[in-house]
Amino acid sequence: MITALLVMTGIALVLGAVLGFASIKFKVEGDPLVEKIDAILPQTQCGQCGFPGCRPYATAIADGEAEINQCPPGGEEGIRKLADLLGREFKPLSEEHGVEKPKSVAVIDEATCIGCTLCIQACPVDAIVGAAKQLHTIVAAECTGCELCLAPCPVDCITMEAITETVDTWKWRYPVVEIKAA
Amino acid sequence: MLRKLFKFHGGVKPQTNKTQSTTAAIAAVPLPDRLVIPLHQAVGGHPRPLVQPGEHVLKGQRIGGADGNLSSAVHASTSGIVRDVAQAVMPHTSGLTTLSVIIEPDGEDRWCELEKVNYRSTPPDELRDFLRDAGVVGLGGAVFPSYAKLKPGKEGKLKTLVINGAECEPFITCDDMLMRERASDMLKGIVAMRYMLQAEEVLIGIEDNKPEAVASVQAAIRASGETGIEAVAIPTRYPAGGAKQLIRVLTGIEVPHGRRSTDFGVQCFNVGTAFSIFEALEHGRPLISRLVTVAGNVTAPRNYDVLIGTPMDHLVRLAGPRPDTDRYIMGGPMMGVRMPGFDVPVVKATNCVLVGSPALFPAPPPEMPCIRCGECAKACPADLAPFEMYWFSRSKNFGKAQEYHLFDCIECGCCSFVCPSHIPLVDYFRFSKSEIWSREREKESSDGARDRFEFKNFRQEREKQEKAEKLAAKAAATREKVATEGAATPAAADGEAAPKPKPSATDAKRALIEAAMEKARQQKAQVAPKNTDHLAPDVEADIAAIDARRNAAPARAADTPDA
Amino acid sequence: MTSYLFVILGAVLVNNVVLVRILGLCPFMGVSKKLETAVGMGAATTFVLTLGCGTSYLVDHYALMPAGVEYLRTLAFIVIIAAIVQVTELVIQKTSPMLHQVLGIYLPLITTNCAVLGIPLLNVALHHDLLESLLFGFGSSVGFSLALVLFAGIRERLDGADVPVPFKGTAIAMVTAGLMSLAFMGFAGLDKFH
Repeated sequence: MITALLVMTGIALVLGAVLGFASIKFKVEGDPLVEKIDAILPQTQCGQCGFPGCRPYATAIADGEAEINQCPPGGEEGIRKLADLLGREFKPLSEEHGVEKPKSVAVIDEATCIGCTLCIQACPVDAIVGAAKQLHTIVAAECTGCELCLAPCPVDCITMEAITETVDTWKWRYPVVEIKAA
Repeated sequence: MLRKLFKFHGGVKPQTNKTQSTTAAIAAVPLPDRLVIPLHQAVGGHPRPLVQPGEHVLKGQRIGGADGNLSSAVHASTSGIVRDVAQAVMPHTSGLTTLSVIIEPDGEDRWCELEKVNYRSTPPDELRDFLRDAGVVGLGGAVFPSYAKLKPGKEGKLKTLVINGAECEPFITCDDMLMRERASDMLKGIVAMRYMLQAEEVLIGIEDNKPEAVASVQAAIRASGETGIEAVAIPTRYPAGGAKQLIRVLTGIEVPHGRRSTDFGVQCFNVGTAFSIFEALEHGRPLISRLVTVAGNVTAPRNYDVLIGTPMDHLVRLAGPRPDTDRYIMGGPMMGVRMPGFDVPVVKATNCVLVGSPALFPAPPPEMPCIRCGECAKACPADLAPFEMYWFSRSKNFGKAQEYHLFDCIECGCCSFVCPSHIPLVDYFRFSKSEIWSREREKESSDGARDRFEFKNFRQEREKQEKAEKLAAKAAATREKVATEGAATPAAADGEAAPKPKPSATDAKRALIEAAMEKARQQKAQVAPKNTDHLAPDVEADIAAIDARRNAAPARAADTPDA
Repeated sequence: MTSYLFVILGAVLVNNVVLVRILGLCPFMGVSKKLETAVGMGAATTFVLTLGCGTSYLVDHYALMPAGVEYLRTLAFIVIIAAIVQVTELVIQKTSPMLHQVLGIYLPLITTNCAVLGIPLLNVALHHDLLESLLFGFGSSVGFSLALVLFAGIRERLDGADVPVPFKGTAIAMVTAGLMSLAFMGFAGLDKFH
């Protein structure tokens, strides 16, 4: 009995020492997992997940503080990729964080805009140009469709418009697999 | 002299169906009621419109200016009035619209002033700009701006200039007829290209099912007295007209994955492009018309010289379409794409309008499972393994599909042609390719958004810091000022020498606040009178009246509490 | 010399740890969806298992046996393997962040791989000496990697196959694993030419 305890304690002590040494010797800063998660997130920076931007959300996922189904712009495909990467179960998009919408851009109604600059401050990717008391406009190519500019606008002159397909962005459809006759 | 020819891997021999449309000479097309000229016709950036609705344009006038690095101009095909510059359905399977110039011809067909160019005395850069503004693009089907290809490689010269007259796709005969009827003009275009590229030799590859074209081109070469230009008859095998395949057949060079033919001293142009270069240089005429074969389900298949922008149904009517016609295909049966409607315009890429009917092109039999027989790999002229690419495209494993060099696929359709299971392989490859492109676009935009977001955060942080620094500096300056003043004033005002060696911290703070308040007061005093300063007397009276009413209002309210 | 060769060959093919001994099925099913992760997992397991076999032999012979507490083997081996996995993870994270990224969550999962515990215990049961233990551990893990990589290759293709709906996913993977297992059992017939 005593021998068994001694032997096990001995083994535990030796292994503990080795592990302790290794954890000091091979210490690394930063978490490469965050980078990988961040690369999957759509970078809309919309904050619908409850975090101020995509990177904070990625950090929260990596730390196990957030679920993987809180990103509406990433949609089902994004959740699947995250589930694959992290070896977690796929979950449908959580409803409290929003629903998946078609990709769209914000458009300012130039007749109504009063030039208050509130939307410029709200835009996470600096996609709105304009100055105080000057008409604002949105650089459509840089707009991520995060809708963060809608709420601050005092005259409700910003609307979201779905991106229409052009010949350059048109995609060939998946060939229809015909149901074989029995 | 017999030239040693080489073989490319794979290929198929579909029924050519070419004789029907070569019996009659090239015909002109009467002016249609309306020309719809899409501005985006070539590979590269979208040209910007140069005309307004209501404007009168002349034939050959530029209506779309080249934009960006790789773009090509667009011209009015006839004289007339611009009815609209608007979105119109373009000849593309998607049926999507693109910005187009709609011209109503005035029937005069009057040319604008044309500017010719002597290519021997013009610097190469100017010559390329000229061809760009003349809208010359590759007429073989890829519509790549020709000026961008007319650059000799790094060595300043080219070994072989390959001219593509193979025209391997069934039904299409426009290049054949061009070589038969316009060989000498085309040859002048080739000589100009050869000069621009400093090419040692020129090989014109023509499939041996077009003996008349070979004879005609050879006669033209003899007549011109040029040396180093040779018309070579090559074996008829689809797709001998693919650029890489033709280069392989004529020179034996196999252009490897990820390289260009110019790396090996070879460049390839279509015969139609040579002719349009001749037109541009010799007559100053931009590319406003092209030869189009009308074939398939028509009573009189024939080639027509068609103005760009002519509606396809206007063109097909001349050839007598049969009543069971249900679709137009742009291009041939192997690589052609179905048009979304009958009234789409002829564009620079339209080499053939193939009229289809359920009888002529019956619906393919149902797709069966892949049995991995390897026939597609045997037929693939690009030396790919279509069955592997199919497998991964089907399971949407795009990374793997790319590993099998999906992007080297030229979509020639050989694999679908030979597949015993009738799998539409090319459709799967097109699907995969566009899916990969779209993912890359998304990735690019999300990377851009990440950078901009991070920069915004950085900028806000920096601004905050700068502001804090500025405030701190200002506060320090004021404190100093107050301290010196505070030290001076009591000493001067009061002879009793108030013992204030150092103003305490609270005093300094109070002084600071007082200074700020004083400043604010001054500012307010300055600002306040601004808009009531120099007013007209009647306005002042108004203001007085309003003030009086305002003062009276609370009084009235107080008077009648129980009313 | 040939006996050592037979130890390796037997462990890789004839008595393949996954397909014949049916050990370590969790990573076999879990990490075989992609070829890249399968290769990484195979490499990491090979390293851990070889090292684990050597260490457990030493501990068994120089700590447990002299003290007469052989009945503590399972317990001691589990602790040793867990520690080796931890150290390996730390070392890989420091020396090759790329490999660490590829392996990701699967690295700590090696601890729960029953093959990693099973092989040292088999070593004891088969009375292997130190060299034989090392070779047996190495061979078994190569066999594990081989089966894993083959299976991952098959599974990548299964994605595109017309599998009846009830069989999609893990079900067809199990069937495939069974067929592979049958195929590997055929290696036992190599004996005939002996």
